[in-house]
Amino acid sequence: MWQAFVRWFHKWSSPKWFYTMSQPWSFWLGWAATLIIVSALVWGLMFAPVERLQGNSYRIIFIHVPSAFLSQAIYAAIAVLGLVGLVWKMKLAFFVAKQCIPVGASMAFLALVTGAIWGKPTWGTWWEWDARLTSMLVLLLLYFGLWALHNAMERPESGDRAAAILALVGVVNLPIIKFSVEWWNTLHQPATLKFTEAPPMHPSMLIPFLMAIVGFYLASMAWVLMRTRLEILQRERKSRWVEDELNRFAEGQ
Amino acid sequence: MGAFDSFSAFLAMGDHGVYVWSAYAVGAAVIAFNVIAPRVHRQRLISDHKRRVRREQR
Repeated sequence: MWQAFVRWFHKWSSPKWFYTMSQPWSFWLGWAATLIIVSALVWGLMFAPVERLQGNSYRIIFIHVPSAFLSQAIYAAIAVLGLVGLVWKMKLAFFVAKQCIPVGASMAFLALVTGAIWGKPTWGTWWEWDARLTSMLVLLLLYFGLWALHNAMERPESGDRAAAILALVGVVNLPIIKFSVEWWNTLHQPATLKFTEAPPMHPSMLIPFLMAIVGFYLASMAWVLMRTRLEILQRERKSRWVEDELNRFAEGQ
Repeated sequence: MGAFDSFSAFLAMGDHGVYVWSAYAVGAAVIAFNVIAPRVHRQRLISDHKRRVRREQR
């Protein structure tokens, strides 16, 4: 059992094996994500009823919450992958972790900007230095820090390790983001979705909301996968099979 | 049209049209970035590779 797992782990941690096997995945993930996101947003913008207190501005929730979820989920993934990379010296985990950074940063940026836009009609202000907003800004800055570390190192392997350590230290910020709305007085409302309670939303709003979250998850996976495949080509470019693959690309143009 | 009486009511979003549509415009820009950036990266990999091959042939 354990040996079978080790064999499986070794096979999938080989960049070449992963590159070959993952060929069709980004295609299917991308199309599933497109279909789900388009339906969710058309539903959310045009068919979901108006919210009683906030009017139509609440429709921002269909991109604000999914992007905020993803910015935190991707950060957690980077930390776990960094740990796997450090402990098992697994190159592929570092490649994936690195290419998670721009996608996660774009999600944190989107959550912050849509939050600010939503805050104006709802709270009367774009920005407030309160716990939730500030800890989300720290998350975006952590993403910038991770990317900067990769670019600062002469050898990419040093960048991998340095970024993994920063990612692990920065994990403290995740519970701060999550509990900020409970620990401190903040403008931000508490979580809409909780595992322990029935959601306080009507199905006509809840279904497109959940679809948008699923769609953002699938899209982020597709983007990270596309980026990881290119990272593999770039980092393994001295090996024979990558040269063949790049020749094939160049001829196809 | 769904939750709205007319297309102009849909665009106006009550009086929240500016907020809703600017938020969705930023969303569209972020999605465009994530779709386009890997394609640019791929092009750069290919052109770097071509340059390397040419240099080696000389």
